[in-house]
Amino acid sequence: MASPARNPREKAQVLDESALDRALTRIAHEILEKNGGAKDLAFVGLRTRGVSLAHRLAAKIAQIDGTTLPVGTLDITLYRDDLGMRGTPVIRGTDIPFSIKDKTVILVDDVLFTGRTIRAALDAIIDLGRPTAIQLACLIDRGHRELPIRPDYVGKNLPTSHRETVAVRLREHDGEDRVVIEEPEEA
Amino acid sequence: MGWMRKDLLTMRELEAGEIVLLVDTAASLQEIATREIKKVPALRGKTVVNLFYEASTRTRTSFEIAGKWLSADVVNFSASGSSTSKGESFIDTAKNIGAMSPDVVVVRHSSAGAAELLARALPCSIVNAGDGAHEHPTQALLDLLTIREKKGHFEGLHVAIVGDIAHSRVARSNIHGMRKLGMTVTVAGPPTLIPPFVQELGAKVSYRLEDAIGDVDVIMMLRLQQERMTAGLIPSLREYAHYWGLTLDKLARHARPDVLIMHPGPVNRGIELAPEVADGPYSVILDQVSRGVAVRMGVLLLLAGRKGGDGG
Repeated sequence: MASPARNPREKAQVLDESALDRALTRIAHEILEKNGGAKDLAFVGLRTRGVSLAHRLAAKIAQIDGTTLPVGTLDITLYRDDLGMRGTPVIRGTDIPFSIKDKTVILVDDVLFTGRTIRAALDAIIDLGRPTAIQLACLIDRGHRELPIRPDYVGKNLPTSHRETVAVRLREHDGEDRVVIEEPEEA
Repeated sequence: MGWMRKDLLTMRELEAGEIVLLVDTAASLQEIATREIKKVPALRGKTVVNLFYEASTRTRTSFEIAGKWLSADVVNFSASGSSTSKGESFIDTAKNIGAMSPDVVVVRHSSAGAAELLARALPCSIVNAGDGAHEHPTQALLDLLTIREKKGHFEGLHVAIVGDIAHSRVARSNIHGMRKLGMTVTVAGPPTLIPPFVQELGAKVSYRLEDAIGDVDVIMMLRLQQERMTAGLIPSLREYAHYWGLTLDKLARHARPDVLIMHPGPVNRGIELAPEVADGPYSVILDQVSRGVAVRMGVLLLLAGRKGGDGG
């Protein structure tokens, strides 16, 4: 029996360190352009890598605009639609130490895929208060949406097949900045 | 580490990793209590039955709030005003409730082993909320969470558990949990209330309050169950309060300045705890209660959120 591959094979590099940085710089500019500045904006990153990306975007906006925007952390485990289908739920906690009321929340995730995570995140944010608007930023949009969700800011659109996975590796967690497509090793 | 168990019956059966998983999960859930809208949808469509055959304020309310904050449907059953008063047996009542397909049954009963009996009889998850003088695992878990939040770690801490050890399920569950996490436990009380088995559980024994509280990080005072007095186990309430009651004076003279005072409630003010101690700066009694809700949310979530964990 072929079991799911333990060591996925790297198929192609999608972004290197400088391309990843340029994509974030562009997104930061687009956020400021779309919202006419940084007033009443706040970042909420999805655990785990979305949080690091949100901090980087906030740093870029501080560089460009001089405004320091708040960054929160969202854990959507309690909002998943597949609890009990994936084994032990691991709760690492939500930490949004500011009011999102009357803020435009920029939700940040690393890879946008089916849209189910974002659906859960929207519910989770709205349970915390009533933001003026929620916008979605993701580093990679790999397609295959199962829900009517689209991003406002995209680092790179990346057509993929279902069996491939997109691995976003960030300095803070993986010691390097790059994005690769992986596919399961043939058994 | 994953959670594989259908039920939470005792601290004795848990491994250290499972205890830490429960405490970690509860710690992350505490944030929900600070929200404006205290509700998350995690257990939507799940049913939790509170089956309480003994009086309880904290534990039952705490499980009820925990279930509701997780969006489960929570049904309370108490023995008075039920078919139990018409003579239905425990196991018959339980099987009838089981036939209504709950996902989790939380049970408190005066007989040791009641929860385990239910766990064998019913396909759903069972949580022991206190069975006789046997165990009360969620109380031990909330005590452990409180200790870790205040002291930052478990390993190497020394805890004194003081009072009626013999009849205390809280003491027993805590001794099991604390020993597994590398803590030292000293139990203290009048000899009539110290059972011989505590040394087998790895606890030290002291027969003087002043000795027991001398060099510990945590003092856990237990409720004197006043019905014990009529059983002739203590001479009088006054004498018990004199020798075993914790006062500010005894604390100042014998305990460390950073000691935590805990009590599982309900407190007999002026007997095991002087009011100034219960309400004083060392006391974390109300922190324990707040954390109880988070612990019970964690337990319900891990039991009902198991892979294929619909129990039925």
